[in-house]
Amino acid sequence: MHILACVKQTPKSDNVKIDPATGCLIRSGAESAMNPFDEYALEEAVTLKEQLGGTVSVITMGPPAAENVLRDSIARGADKVYQLGDMAFAGSDTWSTSYALSKGVEKINSLEKVDLIICGKQTNDSDTGHIGPQISAWLGIPNAAFVRRVVQAGDKSIVVERLTEDGTEVLELPYPCVISVVKEISNPRVRSVKGRMAAKRAEVTKWTADDIGADKTKLGVKNCPTRVVKSFAPKRDANAVVVEGANGKEKAAKLVELLKENKYI
Amino acid sequence: MDYAINEMEQETLNATRELAQKKLKPLRAEMDAKEQFSKEMYEEFRKSGMFGLWLPEKYGGLGGGITCLAMAFEELSRVCAGLALTPGTTALGAIPMFLAATAEQRERWCYDLASGKKLWAFALTEPEAGSDATALKTTALKDGDYYVVNGTKHFISTGKEADFYTVAVNTNPSRGARGISLLVIEKGTPGFSFGKKEEKMGIRTNPTYELIFENVRVPKENLLGSEGRGLLYVQETLDYSRPGVAAQAVGIAQGALDETIPYLRTRKQFGQPIITFQALGHKVAELAAKTEAGRALVYSITHRMDEEFLPAVKAALENGTTVHDELKKIKGGRWTKYSAMAKLFCANTAMEVADECVTLCGGIAYMRDFPLEKYMRDAKITQIYEGTVHIQKNEIISALTKEYAAKGE
Repeated sequence: MHILACVKQTPKSDNVKIDPATGCLIRSGAESAMNPFDEYALEEAVTLKEQLGGTVSVITMGPPAAENVLRDSIARGADKVYQLGDMAFAGSDTWSTSYALSKGVEKINSLEKVDLIICGKQTNDSDTGHIGPQISAWLGIPNAAFVRRVVQAGDKSIVVERLTEDGTEVLELPYPCVISVVKEISNPRVRSVKGRMAAKRAEVTKWTADDIGADKTKLGVKNCPTRVVKSFAPKRDANAVVVEGANGKEKAAKLVELLKENKYI
Repeated sequence: MDYAINEMEQETLNATRELAQKKLKPLRAEMDAKEQFSKEMYEEFRKSGMFGLWLPEKYGGLGGGITCLAMAFEELSRVCAGLALTPGTTALGAIPMFLAATAEQRERWCYDLASGKKLWAFALTEPEAGSDATALKTTALKDGDYYVVNGTKHFISTGKEADFYTVAVNTNPSRGARGISLLVIEKGTPGFSFGKKEEKMGIRTNPTYELIFENVRVPKENLLGSEGRGLLYVQETLDYSRPGVAAQAVGIAQGALDETIPYLRTRKQFGQPIITFQALGHKVAELAAKTEAGRALVYSITHRMDEEFLPAVKAALENGTTVHDELKKIKGGRWTKYSAMAKLFCANTAMEVADECVTLCGGIAYMRDFPLEKYMRDAKITQIYEGTVHIQKNEIISALTKEYAAKGE
């Protein structure tokens, strides 16, 4: 079984500062670490490896310093690590990032067939939750997001339980597939002595956009379909209106009236 | 101060510090109050490789020595001396096996030991044989390819949870102490049962049980070394394990200081932080100096031990011999005196530091909400197990007497 975990270096979550003027994260000088949700993803990958045998690879895209999260991944039980680093990737949105990662996955797959890709459900710095599902879209393979439990991992498919807005779903996905996981999935272990020593010696494979055969017109800040126009802290508005009514139908009708009255629709 | 002299020792300190803060600390008060073994923590120890620190890489261990083992035990005990005993007592139970085992026995037991899949425990003490281990009454009489074991052991740490018990038995009662041998007895062997679970003052999360052997048939392949040499292996084991208890005591003392100093800095009485009262500050300084002296003593000894232990292990693996035999080739002398000195000094220091810290912090430290009273309860065991402080003094004076007699002085 070859499991690939996707991780990202993000500001340490106990140490995040926001620029009051721009509303953006202050990244310079902030201590970095592995995105906390990715710790759960990697732990689940390592746990599955321990149960089923195989290899855990880890991929990240990021600046040179992002190598640290790959070494950290080795300390936490990963076997092989890959870094996508290129100025062409700079400023990529989730569409571009997931494209680059999917090209990285294809290249890793050409070296050793990938069965399962595990992502954290989102990052702590941009919170989109896009990357896992988008990687599966680029690769044309199945995806399950918000997975909280692996029910059973077999030779050909995996059965997972995922959270939905009103409960849970149990899905079976044939390999290769992508799951993105919530924190209930695992209890990340502490880096072992052996892992810590291996991390220092680990070889980090580094690839550029050309190395993974990526189409540069899909990469970087200039080619992204989305861009951040403005970041701001939402204003607190206490004038909430609670729509009363005997049943859902009546409440819905009143809500529509209210929205029309205020010209929202 | 860190006494690590190589990367492995430094990473052992780093890893165990992280493990203690992230995993032990949140559990310690609850597990102490419930007097329950923590399966959750056992799993964490296993996942972070705590059982294999001192075992060779061949078996999946790390290849560290007695120093790594002691450092881990210190750092874990610094946060919870009770939870720390899961890997601690496994090492104690496994050291005699590892010293005396043949190559075949090592193959049989060391993989699951290093991975933490199986826990070990050491069973020496009996109701009538405490400090006087030679008085043990458990017998193991040969019957064909088996030994038939009868008797009772008590106060056995990690009892019932451990899978393998290294048990001191008498295979030839007519020879008294010279009939004592060591047998490895697996949990689940017919006739082997667990009696009373003790309720203890400290280290309460670790289960202490009575072991009962009624006509337990143990295959002769489970005999360690040769018959009648059990006490020798026990003594050799204690030589290596007592610095571990000393390290645990240093950890308890340091942990008590870790709780005390921040409190004294922030607690104000008479309009000032109470640490600025010289009577209190000087007491803390004395306690910290003794703790550091204990730590320096422990690691000075373990580093010297490792200079012999690690090459002996390497040679035993290469030659297919026992570690015990390889150690004899290298040295022949014993560590008993220095091990006893480390344990004596550090155990007394831990008790003094924990006791004084409770006094320094006052009423709050007497309350269970504050962790200090637990350090005081836990510290006490280090003066008792693996030889009381009085037995350590016996060891020291016995060694000194022999040394001076040999010199004709």
